[in-house]
Amino acid sequence: MINIKNLHKKFEKLTVLDGLDLTINKGGISAILGPNGSGKTTLIKCLLGMVIPNKGDILLDEENVLKKWDYRNNLNYLPQIANFPSNLSVIELIKMVKNLRPKESNEQELIDLFGLNEFLNKKLGNLSGGTKQKVNIVLTFMFDSQLVILDEPTTGLDPIALIHLKKLIKKEKEKGKTILITTHIMSFVDEMADEIVFLLDGKIYFKGSVDKLKKQTNETDLEHSIATLMS
Amino acid sequence: MLKILKYSIYDLLRSRWSYVYFIFYLLIGFVLLFLNNDINKAVITLMNIIIVLTPLIGTIFGVMYYYNSKEFTELLLAQPIKRNKIFMGQYIGISLSLTLSLVLGLGIPFVLYGLFRSTAIFDFSLLILVGSFLNFIFVALAYNIALSTENKIKGFGYAILMWLFLAVIYDGLFMISLMLFNEYPLDNFSLIATMFNPIDLSRILILLKLDISALLGYTGAVFKDFFGTNKGFFLSFLVLCLWIIIPLFRMSRKLRKKDF
Amino acid sequence: MEKYSINVIPNNSESSRKRMTSLPIRQTVNLISIFILLFSISLQAQTKTIEVCSSCKVKTIKEGVTLAKNGDTILVKKGIYKETQIFINKTIHLIGEDYPIIDAENKTDSVFAIKADNFSISGFKFKNIGISYTKEIAAVFVSHSNNFTIKDNILEDVFYGFIIQRSKYGVIQNNKIIGQAKSEASSGNGVHVWKCEKLRIEQNTISGMRDGIYLEFVNNSFVSNNTSKGNIRYGLHFMFSNNNEYHHNEFKNNGAGVAVMFSKFIKMHHNTFHYNWGTASYGLLLKEINDAEIHDNVFEQNTTGINIDGCNRINYKNNHFIRNGWALKFTGGCYTNIFEFNNFMHNAFDLSYNSRLNDNKFEANYWSEYTGYDIDKNGIGDVPFRPVKLFSYIVNKTPETLVLLRSLFVEIINFSEKVSPIFTPDNLMDVKPLMKPINPLD
Repeated sequence: MINIKNLHKKFEKLTVLDGLDLTINKGGISAILGPNGSGKTTLIKCLLGMVIPNKGDILLDEENVLKKWDYRNNLNYLPQIANFPSNLSVIELIKMVKNLRPKESNEQELIDLFGLNEFLNKKLGNLSGGTKQKVNIVLTFMFDSQLVILDEPTTGLDPIALIHLKKLIKKEKEKGKTILITTHIMSFVDEMADEIVFLLDGKIYFKGSVDKLKKQTNETDLEHSIATLMS
Repeated sequence: MLKILKYSIYDLLRSRWSYVYFIFYLLIGFVLLFLNNDINKAVITLMNIIIVLTPLIGTIFGVMYYYNSKEFTELLLAQPIKRNKIFMGQYIGISLSLTLSLVLGLGIPFVLYGLFRSTAIFDFSLLILVGSFLNFIFVALAYNIALSTENKIKGFGYAILMWLFLAVIYDGLFMISLMLFNEYPLDNFSLIATMFNPIDLSRILILLKLDISALLGYTGAVFKDFFGTNKGFFLSFLVLCLWIIIPLFRMSRKLRKKDF
Repeated sequence: MEKYSINVIPNNSESSRKRMTSLPIRQTVNLISIFILLFSISLQAQTKTIEVCSSCKVKTIKEGVTLAKNGDTILVKKGIYKETQIFINKTIHLIGEDYPIIDAENKTDSVFAIKADNFSISGFKFKNIGISYTKEIAAVFVSHSNNFTIKDNILEDVFYGFIIQRSKYGVIQNNKIIGQAKSEASSGNGVHVWKCEKLRIEQNTISGMRDGIYLEFVNNSFVSNNTSKGNIRYGLHFMFSNNNEYHHNEFKNNGAGVAVMFSKFIKMHHNTFHYNWGTASYGLLLKEINDAEIHDNVFEQNTTGINIDGCNRINYKNNHFIRNGWALKFTGGCYTNIFEFNNFMHNAFDLSYNSRLNDNKFEANYWSEYTGYDIDKNGIGDVPFRPVKLFSYIVNKTPETLVLLRSLFVEIINFSEKVSPIFTPDNLMDVKPLMKPINPLD
């Protein structure tokens, strides 16, 4: 599904990605982990075409996507900070995104699921952070795409919404989607991820299943395994 | 792009600032006409306002919109749309909404005071046209600055500095060089120096149409010969267009390498 | 000289006196008076009206003039008369009926050349007076004549309209002169007056000539209620002419405006000077004018309202300067002029001054740019107004800088100069600026 070869990215003098190679197979949930500044977000943004790498290739389904834009039609992205134009209402934003992606969508189901019906006509500027994140989730999951990228999806969510989100992710996985998640909540990774990709100094430091990681670090607990990896 | 444009305008039309700008122009229009009660005179006073304030407002608005809609832009960037189109859509959205505020804000009072029955209608239309050009130019310049400057405060600073340079400092340097080199023929120099500053170019275009050219003496005659003909008139509008196109071109080049 | 000749006459006419002595003196006086009476009766009986038309006995004006005697009237009926070189040296009255057309067919001769007293010409339409680079050719050429009247004529496509020389007590009234001047060299003046006195030029309309009205060495005359517009040089051109008065005229759209030069004791009032736009145009050019009165005039939308060059002791009062480039432009040494109760409204520059010294008085004028206040509500601003801007001073030094007119930078330096004057004359200010305009026009 995803094939990244020799990816380099420098921000001025700071090297963030340093010859990164990564292959992620179709289907399943991969958690991208790493300490702050390890290049997680940069990697995702490269994938999305928001950050332009200095060197290297990114292939999705055998096709190079650098400098292209239409592949994003088959990609759903949940950004880290949900900040929307404050003058639009929720329903207007949803309509707008639908308008931008002429593709089937099931937003009503999701709106019902997260109880957003009463907020539909409210201005986005007046919503709480949690509600905004719910809207963010609706916008991400309402399209049927092969690749789903979630950047800190749990931010600001109440427990019920979190349960809904987990269900949603699992449902997508069952449909055979490829899902990438970055997060700092290890319990979430433990529960959801099939595979862990650990980034350090702009390179893949570890790649494999949760069990493999635990075994390799001789820890029973994921958090501790990760801590061991970092040290 | 049209979709982005549509939503940008939609967003802006609901923003408080668009109304502030609109009401500001509306007030200026009414106050001017109330004080002068003569459309012709009001048009001249209006020129001063348009030449100075339209660029300033365009600059501030452009920078502000860019930084304020950063997250929204990121949301759009993850959608299957070309980068260029996102920014062009936003750019045209801001410029158009500012122009709309300008046209309506000034248009309404002037029409109410009998613009269509007045001889000033051509001067007024030229004024509005030039004002619109200045909107498009300065939003483009502001977007360039904002795109190149990550830091919001710095971005604002540079943008204001750019406005200050074109609106004031440039003319100061211009005047000093005219005074220093006044033994030499300076007409072509003046002509070229004018072309290099959209504010000066707009000012001269309006001045000449308001027929103040006779004041300008010999230099004025050279200017009149140049701008007064259809060719010169179109050429100066071409230059104004270049003042839009070149920043936009730079913007699209910058966008190719820009990381978000 | 005269006294000497009087003494001589009796000696010369001794023979005639000898014949007369046979009659008593009283009888002689009677006889003379009878003779005069008889003569005057016979004169009256002889005045007649000669009619000229294509079906009349007299078919041309020239023929009519030849037939006419002193005091006769020639009535020219409607029709087209292709004549030039009509010489008149007697007191006759030429009257056109229903505007007969005199077509000079562009020949290089004047239509009428007149050297006579008490004549009049009225009601004609003159056309196609030829252009010459060497001769002065006019519809009516008058010289050495007194007490004449030229009125109610229409002149179209004329080189010169009227040329009046060395004459007195003439009236030129209600004529309409329309030229199609293209260049200064190939065109003449509407009313061209040289070395005359006590003329009245009034209610004429003149356009498309070189100068509308041209006066040189003309004294004690009145120019009033004329309209002079669209002439390629001056609406009125006035040189070496003293003690004249001109009022209620309108000068509009003339190439350079109105020029009054080298004259004394002129009164100019209630005139309108407007729309004289051009790189070297002005409403009024005053050059070397002393002791004049200029009041109640309107100067509107001229490049320069009044260009004042070397003029002294002139009182400017109740004038309106509206939307000119420069309302007043001083270009030579000007002393003890007084400007009071004038309106200066919306001019790009109210005043341009050539020196840092000031000997002229500006007091109690209205300046639309004045931003002061009037706390005691007496109608007079509490802070003085400085009509010379720094930019105006800079423009005086470097005219090219005018391209920066109305730029924000210029406004800023003007403001700073206003706050603390460094370059502009220190005492040049109106210490009693009016808060409201005087006698607003509308």
